[in-house]
Amino acid sequence: MGAWQSYRLRLQRRRWRIRAFRKRHDLRPVANRTDQIRSSDLLLFSTQRNEGIRLPYFLQYYRDMGVNHFFFVDNDSDDGSLDWLARQSDVSVWTTRASYKRSRFGMDWMNWLLMKYGHDHWCLTVDPDELFLYPFSDTRPLRALTDWLDASSIKSFSAMLLDMYPKGRIDQHPYSAGQDPLEVASWFDAGNYTITKNPLFGNLWIQGGPRARMFFAETPRLAPALNKIPLVRWDRRYAYVSSTHNLLPRGLNQVYDEWGGEKASGVLLHTKFLASFTTKAAEELDRRQHYGASREYIAYAEGVRENPDLWCKWSEKYINWRQLEILGLMSKGNWA
Amino acid sequence: MSVGIIMLVHTAFERAEQVALHWARGGCPLVIHVDSAVPQANFNDFRERLKAVPGVLFSRRYRCEWGTWGLVAASQAASELMLKTFGDVRHVYLASGSCLPLRPVEELTGYLAERPRTDFIESATTADVPWTVGGLDHERFTLRFPFSWRRNRLLFDRFVEVQRRIGYKRHIPKGITPHMGSQWWCLTRQTLSAILEDPERPAYDAYFKQVWIPDESYFQTLARQYATQIESRSLTLSKFDFQGKPHIFYDDHLQLLRRSDCFVARKIWPHADRLYDAFLTDPNRAMSRQEPNPGKIDRIFAKAVDRRTRGRPGLYMQSRFPNTGWENGVTAEKYSVFQGFTELFVDFESWLSRATGAQVQGHLFAPERAEFTGGQPLINGALSDNPKLRDANPKGFLTNLIWNTRGERQCFQYGPRDNPDILPHISRDPNAQISVISGAWAVPLFKSNANFADIRAQAAKLQKIESRMLDTLRSPEVKARIRIWSMAEFIESPMEPLQVIIDEIGQTAQRRLAEAPRLENLVGFGQFLQNLKNQGMHPYLMGDFPVDPAPRNTRGGARKPYLVKK
Repeated sequence: MGAWQSYRLRLQRRRWRIRAFRKRHDLRPVANRTDQIRSSDLLLFSTQRNEGIRLPYFLQYYRDMGVNHFFFVDNDSDDGSLDWLARQSDVSVWTTRASYKRSRFGMDWMNWLLMKYGHDHWCLTVDPDELFLYPFSDTRPLRALTDWLDASSIKSFSAMLLDMYPKGRIDQHPYSAGQDPLEVASWFDAGNYTITKNPLFGNLWIQGGPRARMFFAETPRLAPALNKIPLVRWDRRYAYVSSTHNLLPRGLNQVYDEWGGEKASGVLLHTKFLASFTTKAAEELDRRQHYGASREYIAYAEGVRENPDLWCKWSEKYINWRQLEILGLMSKGNWA
Repeated sequence: MSVGIIMLVHTAFERAEQVALHWARGGCPLVIHVDSAVPQANFNDFRERLKAVPGVLFSRRYRCEWGTWGLVAASQAASELMLKTFGDVRHVYLASGSCLPLRPVEELTGYLAERPRTDFIESATTADVPWTVGGLDHERFTLRFPFSWRRNRLLFDRFVEVQRRIGYKRHIPKGITPHMGSQWWCLTRQTLSAILEDPERPAYDAYFKQVWIPDESYFQTLARQYATQIESRSLTLSKFDFQGKPHIFYDDHLQLLRRSDCFVARKIWPHADRLYDAFLTDPNRAMSRQEPNPGKIDRIFAKAVDRRTRGRPGLYMQSRFPNTGWENGVTAEKYSVFQGFTELFVDFESWLSRATGAQVQGHLFAPERAEFTGGQPLINGALSDNPKLRDANPKGFLTNLIWNTRGERQCFQYGPRDNPDILPHISRDPNAQISVISGAWAVPLFKSNANFADIRAQAAKLQKIESRMLDTLRSPEVKARIRIWSMAEFIESPMEPLQVIIDEIGQTAQRRLAEAPRLENLVGFGQFLQNLKNQGMHPYLMGDFPVDPAPRNTRGGARKPYLVKK
């Protein structure tokens, strides 16, 4: 990494931050409860659109984990989820009708809220279909992890996206609001993930899982990225670059050890493939607001028509984080 | 006679208060030192809440930055106050605000009363301790450290470097031998007062003020001067990670801490409610009278350090992606690669699986698909046989396969038709055993029904590829166990090399092979090679075959293999 490259990344970071600053005009506050936030609070940031059915469980899950305040950007929902969010006492919510695509898939909005409210807090940036899991999450609250990260001078924490799916056709198992989505989508692929390094940003690029296997077998390079860095001790100078896959400054992407050891890491259980997925995929394909010319949704629409059973005889049924640790999908690192 | 507790506090005052009350209830006088960096208001508040408790004093406040003299100064001041005020104190126990007593206070006092002249202080000479982090062991006594390691790391490192360069060495005061150890000690009044009242103390203090991390060496060194009976161990259970930072205990360590029988543990996460409840408010805990036994906890934390520094061999994941050469095992387990065997033997795969009990895959890197055992489209870990997915990252495919099938020995076939990108990775993997029968790719061509011109072109191509493969396998970087035979050499006596390979896989008990794989019918193979030669293509990798239409070895149709018993 030469000085020139470093300088260019610095410029790029500034560009994302300026862009986020400009995009703040997109956002109209609906409920701003940010005055409740205390300096040690754990914050969660999310963008949502018509995810009303998922939100009750989502909020409960993260409240139980110890998140103190939620930030939502509502992208033009019409299922009442905006009002529901605005009524929650620990939620601040903004709404926008602006283009999801032109806000770089919500990242400009997230970067703005992080810049404004996240400074010096531990911030978790996740989608409503992502459930964060970290080592000892069954016995230790999130604050135990962030305290340990602070004590270890670690500023960012990796959690790979793990696609969860039901057994049988995706539309076969109904999901109702408030239900644990893992009861329905409780299966995952344990060992078909491949990794390459992104030389510019220094992050790992992980691909694989059921989506690569089912929808991108012929074009593996286009399979969705699964590497994520959702938990960051935020500083207003930071910026997410591409979703939460990587961020700048690039040192924050160094969430992996290169000398044989294992750093601590978690998993984002991705419960995208619920019964609502087929209609969602059709709708999202219609809107054409997603990454890479909505390539992913085009592939889904085709795949979903043909054979929506992601399950195979080698699928693993989810039990707990220890299982994922043993399978090598996440690690305790030196946290014991 | 009683035990006096010195408590160094800088944060989590509620927990410190709880622990202080616990000690006080047990009849131990306390001297509390609060870091001078703590705002006066917080300090006053803390002191106010403990005012009503008898036998609790506060000592003069020093700034306690990690690795600096302040911690020693604080311990000295608190010890002086303790010895002066509480005349019946026989042992002084140094603890911190995040220490938690695991056994009833009477047990500690009883234990120490039985050992009235013993000083418990971990104290070893610098040559004998493995735990120094950052490479400063003896040098911490001979260099100067005016810059803060925490705040001015760069200056700290530079200054150390400069002193090393110019060969600067401090003079160690006469009569002392530097010792190091855990900063949490328990000393007798005799030893402690001797240290504090030593006429040489100003000289020692002046010296140690410039030593790096003096709280791990000041009392540890000076106790050696006066103590009559040193037990070189700390009564405080305290574990350190690979960066020298203490491991933290949480609620889920409860049973582990219970079984450790240690007196005091540090450090405890301030929000570990269950631990504090269990150990501070459990009135009827059985008196265990055990010697402290931190063995099990040691193992857990040693494993954590090992995981962080060495990791699980053969695992590539989001937080472990080793650079080339640093994998600590390119793959998770041993596996065998066979080139030319399925071509030469009719039923090699099923035979191999019977002979070894291993899982035998076909050509995993074949251009059509990954030939998993039994023709499955997916295998352990939902790994797909799709060639495009595989070839997007062949190394990832192989390491995944070996990782996913841990505990089950893997064998697979390879050859010049297969994806060549994987070979350099296999050849520098010490877990790989590669057996090659060179030139055996000619057998399927020989048996095929294709036009001879096509066969000739194909043969030329495969020979070229295999020759390059053999170069890779013979390069100096190779770490795999490699065996190469020419085809002629191999069929001369096939059982011997097969036995060696099977023994090396070593799945089943060592015994002689009872059954051999069936060799392809090679009648006319020599002539086939000669025809290739006549067409201007020179096949050489299979070794010398006689042109004789029926080679000696295969005369009389299918030859029955036989075994030579030693």
